[in-house]
Amino acid sequence: MAFWKRNLAALLLLLLAIVLIAAGILTGEAEIVFRKAVNICMECIGLG
Amino acid sequence: MGKLWLSVRRHLRTWVQLCFTALTNGYLMGFVKGKIWKGQTKALCVPGLNCYSCPGALGSCPIGSLQAVLASRDHKVSFYVVGFLLLTGAVFGRFVCGWLCPFGLLQDLLYKIPFVKKLRRLPGDRWLKYLKYVILTGFVIILPLTVLDIVGQGQPWFCKYICPSGTLFAGIPLIASNPLLRSALGWLFAWKTVVLVALLFLSVLVYRPFCRYLCPLGAVYGLFNPIAFYRFKIDEGKCTKCGLCQKACKLDIPVYRKPNSPECIRCGDCKKACPHGAVCSSLSKKRPSAPVDDRTKEKGEETPHAD
Repeated sequence: MAFWKRNLAALLLLLLAIVLIAAGILTGEAEIVFRKAVNICMECIGLG
Repeated sequence: MGKLWLSVRRHLRTWVQLCFTALTNGYLMGFVKGKIWKGQTKALCVPGLNCYSCPGALGSCPIGSLQAVLASRDHKVSFYVVGFLLLTGAVFGRFVCGWLCPFGLLQDLLYKIPFVKKLRRLPGDRWLKYLKYVILTGFVIILPLTVLDIVGQGQPWFCKYICPSGTLFAGIPLIASNPLLRSALGWLFAWKTVVLVALLFLSVLVYRPFCRYLCPLGAVYGLFNPIAFYRFKIDEGKCTKCGLCQKACKLDIPVYRKPNSPECIRCGDCKKACPHGAVCSSLSKKRPSAPVDDRTKEKGEETPHAD
């Protein structure tokens, strides 16, 4: 219990993070990340 | 086997960095074929700055992913990547920079190269350390969101014009093994190579120049240092404010005053250097000790200077 009290801010952020990730998956953001990541990123490698 | 174990214990951080880099960049055929991994794991972000176009990369770079979503036509906020950054930041803070980032590992190794004169910090460090926040807001968020082409799509400005990790771990291996890409080389690649070479040279001279002054991911994680599950604390009962922790810190942080500085990458050198064991992590189970004044009186020691 003391551990969670000491780390209340981190715990709340952790819960918020989980909600945001779930929201991101539902709104199709994970798909955008996937599509970008499975094609060579020309900007990243310095070609365009 | 015993020697190996001893070496692992003595250089634990380097081993963790090496293993994590190998684990998250394990698609070795990519380097041979000049292609990238296309599996489902690419939908997940890795904690460190690890370009998703690196032939070996099994996951996605959070900074690249953030720009990809912000620059897309349909999304102007990224819940997914922000959620991931919150998750990693809340648990680790900048521990990621010190232990899990491939570009951090490279800078660590370069700093081990002997040089005529090593610098504690670059001139203008006091102001330069804020540059990473400018890069985060400007190149990672505002420019990809606002500078759009005719179909409403932005660009990953940080990846395109700054990121040395992309040039080194993705650009060079892909261009070396793919003749088609080689034929498309131009001024942008030349610019990114100049940035990369300058940073590699600086890394020999000064400890982790990219992390200190330029890395937007470090800027984000640094904000979590004071509240993350993994953070440092000073046992006031043991600390004599002798400053040995700052002397041992290659980032020149006065740990005894600011144990959770946003610049701290949690390398742990200060913990090893403290002769009183006053620097400990939030996860350690050490009990607070008696006030240092009492102990020094008992031993007849002089009370060391405050800063």
